[in-house]
Amino acid sequence: MDNAIAATHPHTHETAVPAEHHHESLPQHRHHFETQEQQREAGTFGMWLFLLTEIMFFGGLFFAYLLYRNWYNPAFVAASNQLSIPLGTANTAILITSGFFMALGVWAAEVRKKTLLVVYLILTTVFGVAFLGVKYFEYKEKWEKHHIPGASFDVREFVNPHAYGIKEEPLAPDMAQKTQVFFFLYFAMTGMHALHMIIGVVLLFWLIRRANRGDFSSGYVAPIENFGLYWHFVDIVWIFLFPLLYLINRHPV
Amino acid sequence: MTEYHDPSNVVNPEHADHHIVTPKVYAMVYVALLIATGITVWAAFINLNIFNPIIALAIACTKGVIVILFFMHVKYQSKLVKLTVISGFFTFIVLITMTLTDYISRAWGLW
Repeated sequence: MDNAIAATHPHTHETAVPAEHHHESLPQHRHHFETQEQQREAGTFGMWLFLLTEIMFFGGLFFAYLLYRNWYNPAFVAASNQLSIPLGTANTAILITSGFFMALGVWAAEVRKKTLLVVYLILTTVFGVAFLGVKYFEYKEKWEKHHIPGASFDVREFVNPHAYGIKEEPLAPDMAQKTQVFFFLYFAMTGMHALHMIIGVVLLFWLIRRANRGDFSSGYVAPIENFGLYWHFVDIVWIFLFPLLYLINRHPV
Repeated sequence: MTEYHDPSNVVNPEHADHHIVTPKVYAMVYVALLIATGITVWAAFINLNIFNPIIALAIACTKGVIVILFFMHVKYQSKLVKLTVISGFFTFIVLITMTLTDYISRAWGLW
């Protein structure tokens, strides 16, 4: 009965050459795609469209940073020099390492090595969590120094830096208040970046579970590959955040 | 133009072949990124005035492009994906330029 109904509403391609169109049930070849390659390209295309919206989102933050840094330059110079270059550099290396293991994970899935894939995904997670750990200590220091923008913000280190052993030009009280704008953007940008990392780590736990079950060791690599695109995108955001927030005002006088 | 009839884009040679990037390439990219990180930190401590942010951004852009081309496989993707990526960045640059043009021209000289 059901077959009879199906036959009266045929799929256009199937009517032409029915023998060529036996429907697969593989996850890498859903029935609405003609070939595996077509499905794969459609997935990559969709993932990139999502990442482009992310570029616009972070781009807006970067643009706000550009304008305010230009506007309150002395405050941004003094405030950005409060950030720790050793911690920032270490975190950059940690994140690049995490991205490297993610890239190796995609390779392991492509060549269908299940154990290697799980190992690489775990290493990706470990370095991702290490990044967040370093970030925690950086935030903690800002909290203790009252450098979180708001009612308890403390401008003393910017109004009178020499009393705290900081080699910066003292700022006028009104300009010193503008260091809050820097720290607001610092927390907004690194915070949104960290949120993306946290989401990524949660997804990694899910992917590790599935990889361990063997889901991605028989030619179905799309989830690994598309998550890899996301993870590398988060890397790129940090690649821009690190010099802009930590480095560009650093030159010794 | 193709001679055969291919309305559902099945035999497009663009996505017929799938390229697997080797660990060797990834390792080279990884080392390049670490070296670039070192250079950008080192360059930050040299006083180059206006060129400090320019160099920092140039290195960051280079690193970003390397990640996009190799870690994100765009170098080996079809023209559709390449064009998508490029058009996204192009649109972003247009948005930045238009907004900056407005910002700069409102209070001329008071930047």
